[in-house]
Amino acid sequence: MKLLQNLFDSIKPHVEKGAKYEKLHTLYEGHRTIFFKPSLTTGSTGVQVKDAADLKRVMFTVIVALIPCLLFGMWNVGHQHFLATGVVDATFLSKFLLGAGQVIPILIVSYGVGLGVEFAFCVIRNHPIEEGFLVTGILIPLVMPATIPLWQVAMATVFGVIIAKEVFGGTGMNILNVALTSRAFLYFAYPSQISGDMVWTYLGDQVAVDGFSGATLLSYGAAAAANGTEVMAGLGGHWYAGMFDFWNLFLGVIPGSIGETSVLMCLIGAAILVITGVGSWKIILSVFGGAWVMGMVYNLAGTNSFMLLPAHYHLVVGGLAFGAVFMATDPVSAAQTETGKWIYGFMIGVLTVIIRISNPAYPEGIMLAVLFMNVFAPLIDYYVVEAHKKRRLKRATI
Amino acid sequence: MPQTFHLNKGFNIPLAGRALLEEHKINQPDSFAIKPSDFKGLVQPKLLVSVGENVKSGSPLFFDKGSEEVLFVAPVSGEISEIIRGERRKVIEIRILADKEIEYKTFKKHTKTDIINLTRAEAIATLTVSGIWPSFIQRPYGVLANPSDVPSAIYISAFDSNPCAPDMAYIMRGREGAFQLGVDVLNKLAKGNIHLNLDASEIPSVFSGTDHANINKFSGPHPAGNVGVQIHHIKPIGKKDKVWTIDPLSVARIGTLFSEGIYDASKLIAITGSEVINPHYVKTYSGACLDKLVAENIKGTHVRFIAGNVLTGEHVGDRGYLGHFHNQISVIPEGDQEEFLGWLLPSFEKLSFHKAFGLLSFLSPKKEKVLDTNTNGEQRNFTISGAFEKILPMDILPTYLFKSIISNDYDEMEALGIYEVIEEDVALCEYIDVSKNDIQAIIREGIELIRNS
Repeated sequence: MKLLQNLFDSIKPHVEKGAKYEKLHTLYEGHRTIFFKPSLTTGSTGVQVKDAADLKRVMFTVIVALIPCLLFGMWNVGHQHFLATGVVDATFLSKFLLGAGQVIPILIVSYGVGLGVEFAFCVIRNHPIEEGFLVTGILIPLVMPATIPLWQVAMATVFGVIIAKEVFGGTGMNILNVALTSRAFLYFAYPSQISGDMVWTYLGDQVAVDGFSGATLLSYGAAAAANGTEVMAGLGGHWYAGMFDFWNLFLGVIPGSIGETSVLMCLIGAAILVITGVGSWKIILSVFGGAWVMGMVYNLAGTNSFMLLPAHYHLVVGGLAFGAVFMATDPVSAAQTETGKWIYGFMIGVLTVIIRISNPAYPEGIMLAVLFMNVFAPLIDYYVVEAHKKRRLKRATI
Repeated sequence: MPQTFHLNKGFNIPLAGRALLEEHKINQPDSFAIKPSDFKGLVQPKLLVSVGENVKSGSPLFFDKGSEEVLFVAPVSGEISEIIRGERRKVIEIRILADKEIEYKTFKKHTKTDIINLTRAEAIATLTVSGIWPSFIQRPYGVLANPSDVPSAIYISAFDSNPCAPDMAYIMRGREGAFQLGVDVLNKLAKGNIHLNLDASEIPSVFSGTDHANINKFSGPHPAGNVGVQIHHIKPIGKKDKVWTIDPLSVARIGTLFSEGIYDASKLIAITGSEVINPHYVKTYSGACLDKLVAENIKGTHVRFIAGNVLTGEHVGDRGYLGHFHNQISVIPEGDQEEFLGWLLPSFEKLSFHKAFGLLSFLSPKKEKVLDTNTNGEQRNFTISGAFEKILPMDILPTYLFKSIISNDYDEMEALGIYEVIEEDVALCEYIDVSKNDIQAIIREGIELIRNS
């Protein structure tokens, strides 16, 4: 460790104020604090000791919670590939390695480009390197299909970091969730690579088996509604039997974005976030609750077969679970009052299902629902705080 | 019938080095100091003494331009040795080289009947000239009380829930009589509305037999012992309210002043913290220099000497002085060294209110921890939500209050509760803040903005 400290110490004189590379000072500090917890001490007044937790550790906790989704996603990319190409005896390892071969380059591009932008802003605006991108950098790949061109990942990342975050003043100041803004950018700028039936399964240069369809349950549903056929009956005739059984959907062995398919892995992540107190259980629970309630409402209305999709299916298809656990809980863009969190989460769930069923253009709704509620979160908080102030006024003897 | 309040929110910091309930004889420090900065809300201190002058315990040292009748007095007798000034000749410290034997300035002695017949004006006249008055703190704002106000109540917190806090009952032992007399005098000031707030978990202590006061009991983790939190639960205050607070020791000093006619500035100080060899109590006077109090009782070499507790105290160094309100010295290791991957590696020892990855101290919440002065991270924007709300046992939205201060929004500050808090009430928020902001400083800034608006 001494060696590393010496290395940093030897660089220090070149980046200090007045030195040749003083502009790079924040980069130097940023890298040093990754290896070493800084030697800063508390001031002479104010608290003399501080809690062991800092933002780096909080962000790292989220990364740990994302790891099950990431690893499962790598395996599932390989698994779906071999299913679609008719290789029945592929080993666990070969599936995982094939998936990793697809996912890791996306991860590298996301981190590389995102940190590059982040560093550039730190140098230009002379603010310290903030930890927010550590999480964003892994979230972006997990909400992309495995077939996404790498240059699009790079563009999306640049767009997200600059437009969603840096223009507002960096981590803690953004209004929209950065990773979802990146995804939304691609969704509207290059829809053919991030929507439709052909992007969710990585085929490579192989040919798919007869009868293969890369459609997700949601696109089956939308098609069924349009054609006036039964969704649930149609699922039985899927090219791969059992693909859209409830428990298979729950496990996530289905086509989809890299990290979003497995509800089980999301719930493991949710457990980590909730136990560590980093993610709000109120938001997670209320997103699921909102989606289920809205699913029930559609069941009761029931004017087409997609509306009749059992409400609990909404909880296990698409990106609802991933969005609920990792996107909606982003503390900066979510509602910040405790009452507000219930409303915010519930509305995300409700909107997701409305977009899924009633909007023919977008088969999946969680991304837009979260972004939409990001915008409304300050308004929700405003009314919660106003109510709080009213209550305080009544109580105090002003 | 005492009312009991159960507070659930808060956090006890199990700091190593709590003082044993025993008093050790020490050589008294030679030097004592009075710091005008201990008293909030002063306009401009005006000196009444100069270097070389001799003073008695109770002799006036300075008064404040804002309320000229209130005198700030010497805690011990001796010679004014030094007057430390800062920028624009602001008085920082008035130092006294103490006599071996304390001489007291004498005030009028009162019998019990005298005290019963005392008028409010007489009580105030005696309190303001004798050095006791600066112990009265006004809420809102946490500033020096104005003798011409009539407070709607006076609150006394009879326990301290801060890390390694001194046992108030131990500090007060033998002063029950003086304390009762003090309470009787307080009754003259606040139309009989005196609140004495006890720790509900303690067996009847020196305070529980007190007459002429409303007894309230509080249970729960820190900050249950903070008088501001207690007022919030007993009778919350708003803009136009005025209540006063006073610490139990000062109440006993009032009793001694009226019965014996002297300003008795003696007090027991708890010497605490992980770097103290024998944490115990020592007897000295307000404003004592730390040097003799901690002499030959310190383990480490690279340590921080804090007058007060680790949440609200002040880093004064081993030759610094106790503040007027301090009953405690905390000595903890300095944390000015880097730690390889310190932000990442799991630990049972690093204390955290949060349960973020690898911070496992919550598994053994009672186990004593050694804490150093490292900030454990760099300052950031407020990022996470909901944590302050879990730790502040008041009907206040802390994050919104802090943000309203940062954005200088007076209406919001008022509506969100700036009148109900002072620094110590949000000290835990500052401790647990993962974004490492100086929240106590933010609150004081807000209070000053509102006071001067």
